[in-house]
Amino acid sequence: MAGLAAGIRLAMYDRKVLIIERHNAPGGLNSFYSLEGRKYDVGLHAVTNFVPPTRKGTPLAKLCRQLRIPRESLELREQIGSRIAFPEHNLRFTNDFSVLEAEVAAAFPQEIDRFRALRQAVLDHNEFDYTAPAGSARDMLARHGLSPLLTDMLMCPLCYYGSARQNDMDWDQFVIMWKALFEEGFARPYEGVRVIIRALLQRFREVGGQRKMKCGVRWLHSDGQRVTGVELDDGSVYTADLVISTAGLVETQRLCSDMPPEAGRDNVGALSFCETITVLDCQPRELGWDETIVFFNDSERFHYEAAVDDVDLRSGVICLPSNYRYDAGQELPEGLFRVTALANFQRWAGLDEGDYRARKQYWYAQLQRSALRFMPELPAGTSLPAHTKAVDMFTPRTVKKFTGHLGGAIYGAPQKQKDGRTHLDNLVIAGTDQGFLGIVGAMLSGISMANLHGLK
Amino acid sequence: MTKEECKQVVLDIIAEIAPDEDLSEVKPEVRLRDQLDLDSMDFLDIVMELRKQHGIEVPEEDYPQLATLDSCAEYLTPKFNAKEAAGA
Repeated sequence: MAGLAAGIRLAMYDRKVLIIERHNAPGGLNSFYSLEGRKYDVGLHAVTNFVPPTRKGTPLAKLCRQLRIPRESLELREQIGSRIAFPEHNLRFTNDFSVLEAEVAAAFPQEIDRFRALRQAVLDHNEFDYTAPAGSARDMLARHGLSPLLTDMLMCPLCYYGSARQNDMDWDQFVIMWKALFEEGFARPYEGVRVIIRALLQRFREVGGQRKMKCGVRWLHSDGQRVTGVELDDGSVYTADLVISTAGLVETQRLCSDMPPEAGRDNVGALSFCETITVLDCQPRELGWDETIVFFNDSERFHYEAAVDDVDLRSGVICLPSNYRYDAGQELPEGLFRVTALANFQRWAGLDEGDYRARKQYWYAQLQRSALRFMPELPAGTSLPAHTKAVDMFTPRTVKKFTGHLGGAIYGAPQKQKDGRTHLDNLVIAGTDQGFLGIVGAMLSGISMANLHGLK
Repeated sequence: MTKEECKQVVLDIIAEIAPDEDLSEVKPEVRLRDQLDLDSMDFLDIVMELRKQHGIEVPEEDYPQLATLDSCAEYLTPKFNAKEAAGA
């Protein structure tokens, strides 16, 4: 998505643009696939940064303006309501910040003033300043005097939706995610992420951009100063004034002919995930589940760190894509129950095919059991398996296979490159490893890097 | 080109890049940023559109000249006229 957005910006101003994509489907980390006649979204639980069209100056508004894509074409429909679920407390939130504020006031009355001061610090911070040094969000929250429990509860959704750092976030990224989730909010097109990809593709074609699909980049040839040629899997070589890579920072370094194969070893992300998708024979609300997303944690502290076992069952995210405010008469053809949790790349990567399938089956069941602890109890006499029509599961191995991210690290490298620069003059990073997060962030990253390095 | 025509060119560009802004009461002497929701990305687009649509170059150090409609007209009108003269 970052690549498409960057491509649109450059082609709009008459640069000749070619997007090279290894896969047959566009979208990168946010894409979709079909299995047994069903279409599934990858990655997308929610489009964050939702604001009503009247609210200006936010990332979503900037994005639509910069790409000249009308807001309506994204077909965003708002969430119903979400929740952060910890053993002692629940914090509900919606796209109206006052709901979260009231929940914090009720659950943490002695901390509400500190929470408000933190919010002010978030609102006052310019997270899009490329030159600001990286700081720790946990340090910042501690400085504001927030208790460990409230800190963990606020960190949980923000980490899960974008942090590449274990047990912490960069302050910049915390601010981006706080605004994206709490100040702005969740939305989804009825038909899922493909609506957004379609809008981007249409715009890219309109401005004269070209794409080459199902053909990856094999090498970025360099003379030590500049990329002198982009060699593709089919052996063809292209030259370009500017190369914008959305393959990831370390992944891109290792494509460069002047870098050793182990370049960037210290900056490979350690956090990978698995996700289960359960197709229901009814809508979740018929089971008494009317929330959109639930972020859960069962332990005293929230551990956002590389899983030791295949899957870390202590925390996770539940998403019910049916529970958005779609137009009257629009209802997803089937209810879905999606659960995401931290998982260990190495353990999944080494399995042979038979073991892999068996392990998937085992962890699928474990993860459902874990997640159900945080959902309203099912009506008497029924169970999740009784309502299950089909299941699918992706693991860190799937992430690596389809995104190319080393270690299956969805959120990429822990050290971001905010100005996009690399060791080569005409090679720039955009997307997750540049550091703007979420779908809207990814697109803004592409836009910003195209503006900074390709226009002006 | 007159200064008034030049202002209209700039307004037309803003209407294109920020279709959600109401341009009916833009005050020519007030900073555009102070009366419209425009940020540095939008100003980049004004510059890019001037180049694309009219062949007018605005170097980065001159961006401050685009602060108000009046200053746009002061700065851009001679450029438009020089271009017309060269083309004539």
